[in-house]
Amino acid sequence: MENHQERSDHRSQDLPQVLVIKPPPVLTLFEDKFISSKFQLLKAWESTLPLDQFLTNYAGSVRAVLCSGASPITADIIRLLPSLQLVITASAGVNHIDLTECRRLGIAVTNAAGVFSDDGADAAVGLLIDVLRKVSAADRYVRNGLWPVKGDYALGSKLGGKRVGVVGLGGFGSAVAKRLEAFGCTVLYNSRTQKPSVPYPFYSTVLELAADSDSLIICCGLTAETRHMINREVLLALGKQGVIVNIARGAIINEKEMVECLVRGEIGGAGLDVFENEPNVPEELFGLDNVVLSPHRVVFTPESFVAASELVVGNLEAFFSNKPLLSPVIYE
Amino acid sequence: MESIGVLMVCPMNSYLEHELEKRFNLFRFWTVPEKSAFLATNKNSIRAVVGNSSAGADAELIEVLPKLEIVASFSVGLDKIDLAKCKEKGIRVTNTPDVLTDDVADLAIGLMLAVLRKLCESDRYVRSGKWKKGDYRLTTKFTGKKVGIIGLGRIGMAVAKRAEAFSCPISYYSRTEKPEIKYKYYPGVVELAANCDILVVACSLTEETLHIINREVIDALGPKGVLINVGRGPHVDEPELVSALVERRLGGAGLDVFEHEPEVPEELFGLDNVVLLPHVGSGTVETRQAMADLVIGNLEAHFLNRPLLTPVV
Repeated sequence: MENHQERSDHRSQDLPQVLVIKPPPVLTLFEDKFISSKFQLLKAWESTLPLDQFLTNYAGSVRAVLCSGASPITADIIRLLPSLQLVITASAGVNHIDLTECRRLGIAVTNAAGVFSDDGADAAVGLLIDVLRKVSAADRYVRNGLWPVKGDYALGSKLGGKRVGVVGLGGFGSAVAKRLEAFGCTVLYNSRTQKPSVPYPFYSTVLELAADSDSLIICCGLTAETRHMINREVLLALGKQGVIVNIARGAIINEKEMVECLVRGEIGGAGLDVFENEPNVPEELFGLDNVVLSPHRVVFTPESFVAASELVVGNLEAFFSNKPLLSPVIYE
Repeated sequence: MESIGVLMVCPMNSYLEHELEKRFNLFRFWTVPEKSAFLATNKNSIRAVVGNSSAGADAELIEVLPKLEIVASFSVGLDKIDLAKCKEKGIRVTNTPDVLTDDVADLAIGLMLAVLRKLCESDRYVRSGKWKKGDYRLTTKFTGKKVGIIGLGRIGMAVAKRAEAFSCPISYYSRTEKPEIKYKYYPGVVELAANCDILVVACSLTEETLHIINREVIDALGPKGVLINVGRGPHVDEPELVSALVERRLGGAGLDVFEHEPEVPEELFGLDNVVLLPHVGSGTVETRQAMADLVIGNLEAHFLNRPLLTPVV
């Protein structure tokens, strides 16, 4: 840490600091985009001190922190940052931030919602098609040289005409719905409140949505209410042919119950980008052909990351210039 | 109608076999050890042939079946049928259009997403047990990519409609420009390839479209371009495609069809920028049933002297 300070040039030591406890992926990949004439980064992870000591020693006047899933902003952390006024995350999700505590203390929060919607939706649709049409499984079949030996591959299931239940109709959910319509799917949805301007039928509970759907796509945020919202009951309602796709957060699904349902054939299949305890994935899934697995990267494209980094920098520059934040999280 | 001989040239669908057996005298050609002898014995009772994308009715087969009246294909593609010969002899031909359009178009988009977003490669990676946190490999964005379609028939139009929902600008090549279509037309495949990010083969296989994807087109598509083939294997000069992919002169490919199915060039097996499928374009339970019903419906209509459902010739 001391080396870092010596390396900083004299001018930059006057700039307000932005605390980074652990670098989010966008910073690791696109650090050049974070060079600003308006702030400098205080990189906690480069110090050998334990975090709380580092914060106590160096972060007393820090007004802004850039966080990520790997470095949650808990009430304990906030307590060590007496000057904190802004929490920025480079993700769409905000479940790693104690929003209640931020709200109580008048700390603003910004996220990167919006910039990831297209990529997330593209991957959600890609995963759904993959499960229904057995794309990854059939690709494996060909690469293992089985086509000439065992003949034609098993038939999949048609996407057109399927009733697809979208859980959460925010940025991701709306983008998914728009795409699914072009495939002739009937879109249904559940979210916290009904959205009057939306043409899709609304279901007030996930259970009712699952009972009336052929597939479920999870697009909502992780909160106390949505934790383990998708459980055995919901999955059984989705049914033996039902397919679930999760691009949101692993903990929205009761993973243990979902794995049991999949292993027992009580649901038809799953496309999963997120898991309860990443990077650990239940090994029972590795032997299933009706499951498609992705290592939490449905939004990992250069375009998304550049846009996210620009949004983060934009929010920071606005904050330090006393201008309106670009993407504040509105407390409901 | 039980005495009417129907020759099914290769296995394609057990539901279809059962339904045909109920109505006709079904011969399963692939179970016959001595094919010439079999044909010599049964040629006068065979009045219909049922084929698919792998095998149909070529001139040789047509010539040895003097009582052949109708060829019903369990496919929309007609490249395995000698249409000229059928016309010459007054033999009717039917196929299975429309019922498989959605599935093939869905798969084309599925292949685009799988290739660009590396879905199959991600799945392999997780299954290998090697996923560690902090692995930030990026994939290629699909939304907004320029999609070029060769052949704007039923399947081509269905691909375009889906790609538009992903904000993809659409351009196309076909034999003639379609003035009522709002997409950008290119009068040549090379020009189309040079001006798109993803090139989709969705035309029928004819003498003109054989190897329509050649070295020149592949070069125009380039190291960031992706080829999607849901047409026929022979649309593509396969050795050229393989070397372009191995040498990374072409960005990627999603292939449902190959020149010598079920053989697939093994050089492709180790590449992470390709997705290889065993000709499953219409391969859903729902669609294969609808296709089978069309084959049965066409045969029944013919032998009951009613209008054919989906005649080609």
